[in-house]
Amino acid sequence: MVNYQERQLDRTFAALVDRTRRAILARLEREHSASVTELAEPFAIKLPAVMKHLDVLESAGLITRSKAGRVVTVRLRPQPMKEAMDWLRRYERFWSGSLDRLAAYAERKEEEARRKAR
Amino acid sequence: MTSLTLVRRIRARPSIVFEAMTTPDGIAQWWGPDAGPVLLAESDARMGGRFQVRFRTLDGTEHESTGEYLEVVASKRLVMSWRWTTGGEPDEHDEVSRVEIDFKPIDAGTEITFTHARLKTEASRSSHEAGWAGALDKLVRHLSSERIAGGRAHDLSEEHAK
Repeated sequence: MVNYQERQLDRTFAALVDRTRRAILARLEREHSASVTELAEPFAIKLPAVMKHLDVLESAGLITRSKAGRVVTVRLRPQPMKEAMDWLRRYERFWSGSLDRLAAYAERKEEEARRKAR
Repeated sequence: MTSLTLVRRIRARPSIVFEAMTTPDGIAQWWGPDAGPVLLAESDARMGGRFQVRFRTLDGTEHESTGEYLEVVASKRLVMSWRWTTGGEPDEHDEVSRVEIDFKPIDAGTEITFTHARLKTEASRSSHEAGWAGALDKLVRHLSSERIAGGRAHDLSEEHAK
């Protein structure tokens, strides 16, 4: 399970390293879905190159492709990105939770100290 | 390289906060992200002294970290090396990171500035180099419907990851 998650993280990060792929994801985030032709439009690269980027994104689980007639519709799949952010936030959660508890404990000790001083 | 900085204002004097952070009895009361128990707390808070803390989280997993105190200035500053030995981040068991804590007296009590620095894994390295983390964060924020609102137990707290 852990190994699977780590491999998934590696795939997610690897997919996101490329600027064109990030641009594709950002556009899908804005527009919800787009056809392959629409996605290729803003880039100065040929359709087959865009298809290769879409292959990488799909194998990382970041997008889904569905075909209706001759139109391939691409949609965003946010889950792997959420998992990647969770990884980055894990330390934050660990320390944030711990420091909240530390604060509560120290504040109790402070109140005790003040009661004793009275 | 990734680092995390958190700032907390605590309604207790610096000596009390410092003691809570450095004594085994204190550590046993708060260490860990949730209400799970601390199973072992050892701490020799002087330069070159070591700490070792083992805790269980509510999901039943056990974690242990250990390290050495590199700077100890009572009620003012604490620097220690940090390494996971069990659980935590399995990728980072061979990596030594660094924790720095500064204690500042304020009217209401103590402000602590807490930094966990030199976090490094392949993933954090690549994310840093590519510089996409901010963009990704924004993206995820838009997408995530079950995101928890920012409210925390301590109103005065603020934090940022960098």
